[in-house]
Order: sequence, then C-alpha cells, then structure tokens
Amino acid sequence: MAGILEFTLNGRRRGDAVPDNLLLLDYLREVVGLTGTKTGCDGGECGACTVLVDDEPRLSCLTLAAAMAGRRVDTVEGLGRDGRLSAVQRGFHEKLGAQCGYCTPGFVMASAGLLRRNPRPSEDEIKEALGSNICRCTGYVKIIEAVKYAAELAAQGAAP
Amino acid sequence: MNDIAPVHSIGGYVPMVDGPEKVAGRAKYTADLIRPDLLAGRIFRSPYAHAEILEVDVTAAARLPGVKAIVTGADCDKTFGVLPIARCEHPLARDKVRYRGEPVAAVAAVDDATARKAVELIRMKVHELPAYYTAAAALAPAAVALHARRPGNIERDVLFELGSVEDGFAAADLVREATYNCAEVCQNQMEMHAALAEYDAERERITDHASTQVPYYVHLMLAQILDLDMSRIRVIKPHVGGGFGCRTEALNVELITALLARKAGGSVRTVITREETFITHRGRPETDIRLKIGLSRDGRITAVECECDQRGGAHSGYGVVTILYSGSMLYAIYDLHNVKYIGRRVLTNTPPCGAFRGHGTVDVRFAFESLLDQMARELGLDPFAVRRANLLAAPTFTDNDLMVNSYGLPQCLDWVETASGWRARKGSLARGKGLGMACSHYISGASKPVNWTGEPHATVKLKLDFDGSIVLFTGAAEIGQGSSTVLVQTVAEVLGLDISRIRIVSGDSDVVPKDNGSYSSRVTFMVGNAAIAAAQNLKSLLVAAAARKLDADPGDVECLGEVYRAGAQDKGLSFQEVVTAALAEAGTITVTGNYSTIPESHGGKKYRGAAIGGTMGYSYSAQVVEVSVDEDTGVVSVDKVWVAHDCGKALNRLTVEGQVQGSVWMGMGQAMSEEAAYHDGLLVTANMLDYRVPTIFDSPPIEVGIVESDDPHGPFGAKEAGEGSLAAFLPALTNAIADAIGVRFNDLPVTPDRVFAALGKRRRATLDGGD
Repeated sequence: MAGILEFTLNGRRRGDAVPDNLLLLDYLREVVGLTGTKTGCDGGECGACTVLVDDEPRLSCLTLAAAMAGRRVDTVEGLGRDGRLSAVQRGFHEKLGAQCGYCTPGFVMASAGLLRRNPRPSEDEIKEALGSNICRCTGYVKIIEAVKYAAELAAQGAAP
Repeated sequence: MNDIAPVHSIGGYVPMVDGPEKVAGRAKYTADLIRPDLLAGRIFRSPYAHAEILEVDVTAAARLPGVKAIVTGADCDKTFGVLPIARCEHPLARDKVRYRGEPVAAVAAVDDATARKAVELIRMKVHELPAYYTAAAALAPAAVALHARRPGNIERDVLFELGSVEDGFAAADLVREATYNCAEVCQNQMEMHAALAEYDAERERITDHASTQVPYYVHLMLAQILDLDMSRIRVIKPHVGGGFGCRTEALNVELITALLARKAGGSVRTVITREETFITHRGRPETDIRLKIGLSRDGRITAVECECDQRGGAHSGYGVVTILYSGSMLYAIYDLHNVKYIGRRVLTNTPPCGAFRGHGTVDVRFAFESLLDQMARELGLDPFAVRRANLLAAPTFTDNDLMVNSYGLPQCLDWVETASGWRARKGSLARGKGLGMACSHYISGASKPVNWTGEPHATVKLKLDFDGSIVLFTGAAEIGQGSSTVLVQTVAEVLGLDISRIRIVSGDSDVVPKDNGSYSSRVTFMVGNAAIAAAQNLKSLLVAAAARKLDADPGDVECLGEVYRAGAQDKGLSFQEVVTAALAEAGTITVTGNYSTIPESHGGKKYRGAAIGGTMGYSYSAQVVEVSVDEDTGVVSVDKVWVAHDCGKALNRLTVEGQVQGSVWMGMGQAMSEEAAYHDGLLVTANMLDYRVPTIFDSPPIEVGIVESDDPHGPFGAKEAGEGSLAAFLPALTNAIADAIGVRFNDLPVTPDRVFAALGKRRRATLDGGD
C-alpha cells in the first residue's frame, strides 16, 4: 500500500506518494535524490544514516518514511546557510573529523542534534551523543575536537 | 611590493581540499550514482564451503518478470588475481566452490526487489568435498587440494636463513621461545563495496565506476575478464569510503557487475550488503607464530627464528606477498643478524584474505615486541634500553639487502619516553594499571610494484591555461587518506602559490595518467615526487617566459609565487602576466613529472621473493600505552596512548596526525575486540555488532609526536604516515597488561573473556598453593 507523505524536509514543504514499507533512508536517497545520508550497514549497526527528526537524531534505516507525516526532517544537505558550511560541518572539515567522509553525514547530524539541545557539551556528553556512530578512519580523536570547535563557533553565533 | 613572498603550505595544518563536499553531503560515492535507467545487480553465493559444482539452474530466475540478465561461471572462463603469478580466481565460480559466500551467479533486474527475488530462485547442485577451516586442517596429509595447482594446500612456503641461528643462539645469555595466535580481522571500511558498469553495445566500450583503491588494477582485470581490449575500458573512481587494503586488488563485485552490464546491454549498479562486504573480505589472515629470540645480557639480539603460518583463505590474492613481508620485515627496524624464517601461506575454505593496513608486518611485529618485552623483564632491563641496544646505524643495508636511509626510531623512543613520563611512572602506578611500549615500522611504497611493467612508478600532469589556474591530473586514488590534498600542496609549494590556485582531477582513466593506486603507503612518496618534478618543469617554463618578457637571464629571474622579477629593484610581473607570456609561445601548457625508484631500493636476491620489503624509505613508530584492568570483570580500558611516528617530514601535520591516530586505533580494534569468526566456514561475525569495532566510548586520547628524519629521497624529506603506527599498538597493549596484572597474553584479541579466564586460572593456581 502507498500513501501521500506530507512533511518538511530541510525547511521545504514536500509531498510524495510513498509505499508504506519504504524506509526513510531509501526514500531520501532513491526518491528525493539526497544521497548525503549514507547506507553503511544492513540495519542499525553504524549510524551513517543518522538524520534529525524534529531536531532529534534518528537512524533513517530503522524509520519508515510514512511515519514522517507532519514532521520536520533535516539531512546533512540542509545544515548550511547561504551556501556556507554550518558550525558542525566547519568543525569536521577544519579539524579533520572527516577522512574518507562516509560516516561523516551521520556524525555531523548526531553532533548537530547534540548542539541544538546542548550548546556547551562536555566531552562525556559528546561521547554519549556519538556513541552509536562508527568511524573507521579517525579513532574519534579529531571527531571530538571537531565537535568542541563547532560548539565554540556556534557560541559565536554560527548555526550548528 | 616588499610583502610579496612565496606562499608555503608544506608543514602546516591544511584541511583536506575535498573536505567541504564530504561534510556537506555532496561527495558522491559509487552507491550514490543513482539514475532511473540503472539495473540493480545482486549476487547468488555458494552455501557450501567446498564442493564440485554439478549444476547451476537459473531457469526459474530467468523467467521472473523484470530480470534482464543472469550470469554464471559459464559466462566467463577467465581468471583474475592481483599477482601475475597467481591469477586463478574466477569472478563467478566454475567447476568448484571453495568458500561459503563465493559468488556463483548474478542477476541484473529492473529494481533491487526483483533482483533479490531472482537470486532466491537460483538452484545449485553440488558434490560436497571435505572442507578445511584452519591452516592445520588444510595441511593434513590426506587433505583434498583446494586448487589442483597447489597440492598440499600450500600457496607458498618461504624459508631463509641469513647468518647462523645456531651460532647466534649459542652466543646468547638468554634464549626464549613462545607461540602466538592472531585472529583474522577485516578492514570493515564504512562504505560497502559498490560498482556501476555502463556497457555501450554500439561501440563495444565499458565504463566501470568502482569503490576501489586501485583503478588501474581494476582496468587490467576488466580487460582480462571481459576479454576486451584495454582501450575499450574506462575506469572511474568516485569518492571512496575507506579501504585499509581490502580494495587494493580488483574485487569480484566490479568484475561481475561488468559482466552483467555487457550481457544486459545496459547499465548495472551493484551495491552489496555489509554481510557480503565482510565475506568479500581480503582482510588480515589468522596467523600462528612460533618465535625464538636470543639476547645477550646487555640486551643485544643475537639470533631470531620465526615460523609463521597464515590461513589465507580460498584464493591466492596477495598471499605470496603477505607471507614474504612477514619474513622480510623482521628486518629494517633493528640491527639483526642470524635470522631464520619459515613461512607458510595456506589455502583454506574461508574467504580470501588480502592486504590489510600494515600488510604482512603486524602479527609478526606483535610476537616480536611481546617476546622482547618478556625477555627484557627477565634480564632486568628496561624495554627502552633493549630497543636502544639494537638500533640500526643508518644509512645501511640490512642482511636481506633492504636499503635504510633515514632512521628516526631513536627520536621516536625519546619522544614517547618523555611524553608518557615513563621513567617516573613506570612501576609506580596504582594496582591494576600498567604501562607498555613497543615499536613498529613500514614501507613507503613497494619499490618493485606487483605488476612490473618498466614504466615510471608515478606520473603527474599539470595543465596551465589562459585563466591562470593550474589543474593537477593524477591517477592517485584519494580514499580518505588525503592524497589529493598533499599533491595539491606539493605543486603549490614548488610554485610558491596558494593551494587555491590548484585544482585536482583524479580517478578517471580517460583523463588522468595511470597510477598503480593507493596501497603500500606509496602515494605521498612516489606520486609526491612526481608532482614535484611536474611542478619544477612548469616553473622552468614560467621562469623562461618571465625572462623573455623582462629581457633578463632566466638565472636571474626570481619566482615569488604571485610575482616573478629580475632583481630586488624590479617591480616584476604578476603571475597572470607570466602565464600570458608563456602561453604566447605555444598555447595551453601541459607538463609531466615522473618518478622511479632507484635499483638499490629493490631488495636483494638472497632468497626467492627477497624483493618484497624493498622500499625507498621506512617509517618508524614507537608507542606507550597506559591501561587499567578491572580484575573482577576482565575488562581492559586503554587510558591513553602516546605515539611518535617518523614520517620523514610532515607535509601536512593535520593529516599526518589523523593517519597516525587512525592507525593506532585500528591496531586497538585488532588487539582488543575484532575477530572474524566462522562456524563450519560460515562467517558468523559479518555485521558491525558481532564484529566488534571500538566505539567512541572505548577509544582513548591518542597523543601524536611527529618525528622528522628528513629522508634524502622523500618529497621534501617525507615518508609514509598511514600504516607504520598500527602494529606497535598490539604488543604495547599486551606489554601494558602484563605490567598491570602480571599476565601475558599471546593470543589476540585480548577480550574481557580471555582476561577473566586468565585471572581466574591464576587465582585458582594461587589457592592451590602455586604451580
């Protein structure tokens, strides 16, 4: 069965006919064409597909697209302002929180979610927020630095 | 004009040139290439570990509406493999299957659901054969050969003795022998394997997009498998989500997708699952090591005997090279004489292993540094002192003819000793806490590539046009390690320009010069040197043009990056004016830079395969690891790591730090939690929960000390930074655990179960009154 999904994606209202069993991840990638959200595992293991639903981090591979009706969904493509990187994106770029970049959208979204609810997180709070995201390149050292730096940038007024 | 000066980025902290698109989600990986005309590829895999194929029945699958093509072993009788001497793997099994999960057939259908359904309809009839899941079982006298060309299931045995171990052990004050077992581990890079092949039936051409570290090797193997002239093939490498060695050879996914595209007469995208990515494998083999070392009372190593068995899996892959590295790389870190090595690479009914980061060196280094630590303790010597007693006197050649020029190991030892507070803290930590140290090293590219053609090792092209922008063309595969950034920096540095003037194009065989690819830590050294040569050639042309324009002698023209001038009083020409003058002669400028290794670096001929291990420069690493052991639960926590890495010269301190931290951390995964486990040949850890990768909670701060030994041949003195620090973590960890609780672990990974069992055993032994 299919239904009409109406919701807000990266700040824009949108309506699509979607099958009831379509995952949010596949909807974003295959239907909308927003491929920034990544598939990294066979379901719920790695965090690469993390998006924000009403500002809360969520695994889009374990979420049905149809369940987004009336909700606000943000993906990594929706973070920047006026073509410039957001604070979290800038942090991951400048502090080398991203190497191969494949896990990065998931980390960026989980971090953005953290900073939206907690603008000055401690290191333990950062670890807790990113505890279900796997990165295979960095050893997480520079990811922690990136989020701390992003919090500083956000404190100076940049959007997280 | 006084403030005009060349711009420098070498040695700075430079964020990656392709960083913005990665953090913004705009970077396209192979699976992101989504178009409405694409067919979906899916692979049918063998449920049997070892069997003769009697029949592969695809009739029901072929009848399913939406199925556009099915390929089986009958469609391709060609073989592939990364080593020209061992190309014996079929992209789709013919006659026999040799591991559970080996591809047998593949389907291209209008969508993924149809392709999956079709795969479920494929049937296979076989005659099962005895299967061998351990090296010992495959080596048993009556074992059936996996490959007819390898009776006894030995892919390669290696034996050399340089000097006399008998004499060496006789001269020792202490001789100890121990055995070690390192579990098989997988790269588990974040991007699952993917390929997209577009077949142009009209022109008989194919374009293959692949998540690979080696587009050139993929190109060669496509030609072989498709029986197609190389000029009809184009290989494109989009962004790649990590590799760590599992993508340093053409994989069956890429070849099968190409076969499907040709048969369907269209475009096919195959994105395999995480489970299939694990099964495709090419990880580090399970390794059993027997090691014997002789030490003099003052810590000098008098002899080494090492026996090494690797469970290689069902196909050759890099196996011959891996087992040779394990022997040759005993050398080039310490001053060794009297060394005997016995290596066996064994064929087993498990997925094929490959070239995991630190290729061939890691498990043997774990054993070596563990035994050295144990013996130092027995002799009452400090582990640092034992290493210092065995340093090489570089420049030198080792007994197996490896050329060592720059050698920063002494400085690495000094740095970690000081940074960790070793002297003050060692032995005075609280109960359950411990400090351990170890060293490791790695090559900066194999001096003789596996596919030796006589061409230069690396070629870089630069294009300069009317707009004053420089485009750098390279085949070097950016896989997240930062190769594009370091090459842009290199060209910018030679020309004194800001890196924003340089754009880089890589990863498209139609456009860029051939490159062997990103493996064996070769890119910075080899392609970096080629980039320097190209930039110098361009600079010569610009200086000559400026000289003509300024009516000066080229020798008097000074290049200040954005300004060229003849003498300090001259107001000079802007870069754009020089470009216009240079183009006036011959239009758009393209220059080439090449790099080749020198014959002295090619290793020796003292035993068969002695070229393996030869490189232009070795990196060195020393590490100190601090642990806390919970004696009630067996849980080991790594509190901190100090690592010093001699990379010759840090061209980009940011990416060097990132590479070193990533290496150390990947070593931690192997040492503490990662293990590919099998049940009757079925990989039962083929997901990221059972294959236990450290999370951010498990991961310690890693403090990096960069040691710059200024290699005489390296680009600006640089050597590799992305692999050499992995191996030392493993023994530094177990040495730290031994320091903390007095129990030494020779089997990896050191899981809480193993620690708990060992502590329980010790407790019982204490209750029983010792023994």
